[in-house]
Amino acid sequence: MKVSVNGREVTVAAGSMVSTAVAAAGVSLYRRSVTGEPRGPVCGMGICFECRVRIDGREHCRSCQIPCVDGMEVRTDV
Amino acid sequence: MGESFDVAIAGGGIVGAACAEECRAAGLKVVVVEPGPVGGGATAAGMGHIVVMDDSPAQIALTRCSRDLWLARRNSLPANVEYLPCGTLWVAADQEELAEVHRKKALYDGIGVRAEVLDARSLAEAEPHLRSGLAGALLVPDDSVVYPPCAARHMLRDIEVRREAAVQLSGQGIRLRDGTFLAAGITVNATGAWAPELTPGIEVRKRKGHLAITDRYPGFVTHVLVELGYLKSAHSTTADSVAFNAQPRRTGQVLLGSSRQFGSETAAIESHMLARMLRRVREYMPEISELTAIRTWTGFRAATPDKLPLIGPVPADPRLYLATGHEGLGITTSLATGRLVADLIVGRTPVIPAEPYLPGRQAEAHHEG
Repeated sequence: MKVSVNGREVTVAAGSMVSTAVAAAGVSLYRRSVTGEPRGPVCGMGICFECRVRIDGREHCRSCQIPCVDGMEVRTDV
Repeated sequence: MGESFDVAIAGGGIVGAACAEECRAAGLKVVVVEPGPVGGGATAAGMGHIVVMDDSPAQIALTRCSRDLWLARRNSLPANVEYLPCGTLWVAADQEELAEVHRKKALYDGIGVRAEVLDARSLAEAEPHLRSGLAGALLVPDDSVVYPPCAARHMLRDIEVRREAAVQLSGQGIRLRDGTFLAAGITVNATGAWAPELTPGIEVRKRKGHLAITDRYPGFVTHVLVELGYLKSAHSTTADSVAFNAQPRRTGQVLLGSSRQFGSETAAIESHMLARMLRRVREYMPEISELTAIRTWTGFRAATPDKLPLIGPVPADPRLYLATGHEGLGITTSLATGRLVADLIVGRTPVIPAEPYLPGRQAEAHHEG
């Protein structure tokens, strides 16, 4: 299936998490801390909240916990 | 024999900190007694709204003087105080509340507090996430927001703080739990809702509040939003009540309130009150449901029967001062409180007349009653 990461289309296997699609797009900056430091996935199991991205306009989604859906639009560093 | 000070203050919240800062500025030797983190009680729990309130002439005088003091120092506050000059919007839901907006506007005009009436359309433009159909609002542009614990720490930057509990308080000084006695010319009880434990008999009660804060959604709200019905909630002294209150933070987070309860002494979240409070927020801002709350907590306001703080000497022990009872306005009124306490101690002309806040007023009211 295809998802868009920061406007770039990537193809991922069905069942992949959004965090995988972001990584497949070559993006390592998922979000920034309150003081502007880069952040990305740490735990991969929904605990650390570091992998949050915007999915279809919704802020602060934990990308490691949300399966990709065909046509999804993902934005990082927002 | 222990050490001696000009002024010994029990309580390292923002009120104690403001008293300490002003006393030190007046040249007095000051010590603050605080066993917990500085600004860790009601100071940390509160919203940090710097606001002019008009419940009574004495409340107007105290909040307005305090807000002027905050405005005067806004450029010298450190960044972690997160000063945000966002203004307040008093939101009117219907025509009856809009009439109250106009009454408030006339009053503020009369005392030189800038205010502007917004019609329904201007309100919707100013805060697009408010529901449609609201009647309007009063914008008070010079109100603001701070992060109170860091403000308290800033005020105490040059003050000696003893990290020990006070167990006994009198006009002679403060006895600490470890037995140390801090002798003082003046002792100040600034322990908020816990003040009656050190000064039994004073009419201060705990009034519990719940709050929630969201993740970062910059721009979701841009003013402190308060429903005008808030006054009905704040004035009710019997029933538990909630009122819509939303506030932007410098971080982009949205702070949500408010609730009021007497008789609940547990710090635990009560889910029925939290749910009721958030339902009220949703009535005004339906899209709040799309946001993620990351933390909820409670705190205890120090409430007095006449809604005014207790500031100044206790009649039975004139070297013992009170600086408590600020209820939901302690962050705003901390600065004028500190100034008044220092004025009274050193014998300066008070920055505003002190009589409405003197502890003795309650005794008089009782004789009459």
